[in-house]
Amino acid sequence: MVGTPYGGAMISVRIKKAFADFTLDVAFDAPAGVIAVFGRSGSGKTTLINAIAGLIRPDEGRIVLDGRDLTGVPVHRRGLGYVFQDARLFPHMTVAQNLCYGGVHDRARLVEMLGLGGLLDRYPAALSGGEKSRVALGRALMSKPAMLLLDEPLAALDGLRKAEILPYLERLRDEVEVPMIYVTHDMSEVARLANTIVVLDSGRVVQSGGVADVLSHPASVALLGLRDAGAVLLATVVAHDVQDAVSVLEFEGGRIVLPGQVGRIGKNIRLRIPAQDVILARVAPVQISARNVLPVTVTALQIEEGAGVAVGLLAGETPLLARITMASLREMDLVVGAQIFAIIKATAVAPADRG
Amino acid sequence: MMWEAVFLSLRVSAVATIVALPLAIWVAHILARKVFRGHALLNGLVHLPLVLPPVVTGYLLLVVFGRSGVIGGLLFDWFGVTLAFRWTGAALAAGIMGFPLMVRAIRLGFEAVDAGLEDAARTLGASEARVFRTVTLPLIAPGVVAGAVLGFAKALGEFGATITFVAAIPGQTQTIPSAIYGLLQVPGQESAVVVLVVISVTLAMGALVASEWLARRMVAR
Repeated sequence: MVGTPYGGAMISVRIKKAFADFTLDVAFDAPAGVIAVFGRSGSGKTTLINAIAGLIRPDEGRIVLDGRDLTGVPVHRRGLGYVFQDARLFPHMTVAQNLCYGGVHDRARLVEMLGLGGLLDRYPAALSGGEKSRVALGRALMSKPAMLLLDEPLAALDGLRKAEILPYLERLRDEVEVPMIYVTHDMSEVARLANTIVVLDSGRVVQSGGVADVLSHPASVALLGLRDAGAVLLATVVAHDVQDAVSVLEFEGGRIVLPGQVGRIGKNIRLRIPAQDVILARVAPVQISARNVLPVTVTALQIEEGAGVAVGLLAGETPLLARITMASLREMDLVVGAQIFAIIKATAVAPADRG
Repeated sequence: MMWEAVFLSLRVSAVATIVALPLAIWVAHILARKVFRGHALLNGLVHLPLVLPPVVTGYLLLVVFGRSGVIGGLLFDWFGVTLAFRWTGAALAAGIMGFPLMVRAIRLGFEAVDAGLEDAARTLGASEARVFRTVTLPLIAPGVVAGAVLGFAKALGEFGATITFVAAIPGQTQTIPSAIYGLLQVPGQESAVVVLVVISVTLAMGALVASEWLARRMVAR
């Protein structure tokens, strides 16, 4: 386990539940904010939040939210909002009736924030997938939940619709400040929304902690898989270069240049830098097409199964993660403490990974 | 006598349907949702009137609900209520004969409801009673309407169990089918028979059309 030790945890979960072919045995504590529960399908993510919601009864366990013991409390008294993957809007009620089913807390603001004004008189059958998701979000929030549980709310949507919903979720996180448990198998959503990550595999927590710490830890390459491993860094847009059509962002440890215009100047943005898209060099490369060359210090070397090595790096105060081959490691003669250069191709930071 | 039979039939069938409906919803809910020992037994018991000869059902009603029957005796001793040879007995017979049809239609309705919607309602703070009233019941409404219409139509046509349990006393227990049967035993009553037959067909068709219309109205939403 890596990550920050939690003082004053907001939610504490201990759950055991045995099924015929699978056992969920989970324990984690997390502070308020957005807790991402990440794992492959079948890792027990949905079972876990169903147990937190009270929809399934664990064999043993204890769930405490802000000092309130929820263990054994019936579903309708837990006061948790649940956004299901398939929205589950009531088909015989209009959008307005659906929204008010659990309460009318903060109605006007939520309708405005989620862009639901034009949908109120419609029935769910007449809504698009993205609209259904927004109504489901609004419905859960109007019940004034102590916490919001989201079960892959974007999984049923295509890329465009996802991009449409994500900003709403960010606004909820930043403006409504409702704590969330966000189940997903998409690392770009984790990187963009979450403060804390709990990684599940075969019904067990294999890693948990702050998102930046977990994702930049060399051990995460083996746990999350090559495709999903990669550090998350918080950067601020400082300039737009109209002529070259790039944006310049600054973070603790350097500058990074991204193609296109990524948000207004002064905006804080989370960037996910996939470990496999970071190239390492012992000396500063010259005449190179990549725009981002950062001086870094090697902090950890972790040899994985196969021929891969996860390399922990520090650029200023910011941890980064690279994944290279054993052959490269030998040739470069890398050791912990070495001063080297990390090269990040600007296009490696895909649009979905920018928050 | 003819119109007496028609109004009696309507009253008997209406009372039978209204009284049996809540019970049928409850039993259908148990059969559709609950897993327990004795599930097959309850299912068989509910369906028994469908497969038993109606005369046998009528005879069993007489044994159980007659003045000297187990339940009939208690009803008379405690409340002074008599069912045998009364219109209330005709309603009981009609209700029991229509009950399996009601339960089957409503059970299909329950099985078509996504239990996930009920879970969603619970997470929004709804108690079990509120979940049932605001989510389950509206969603099974087409099944309930279909069950009610089937039960009503069955009650209108019920003959065997009724005549065995409550006989065919004009103005008291003589419903349309037993009136038709009685008229057929006497020569020269063909015109009255034709009128009752036309009324029977009209009522049955009316019930079917009404249920179609109601069902379509609900689905349209």
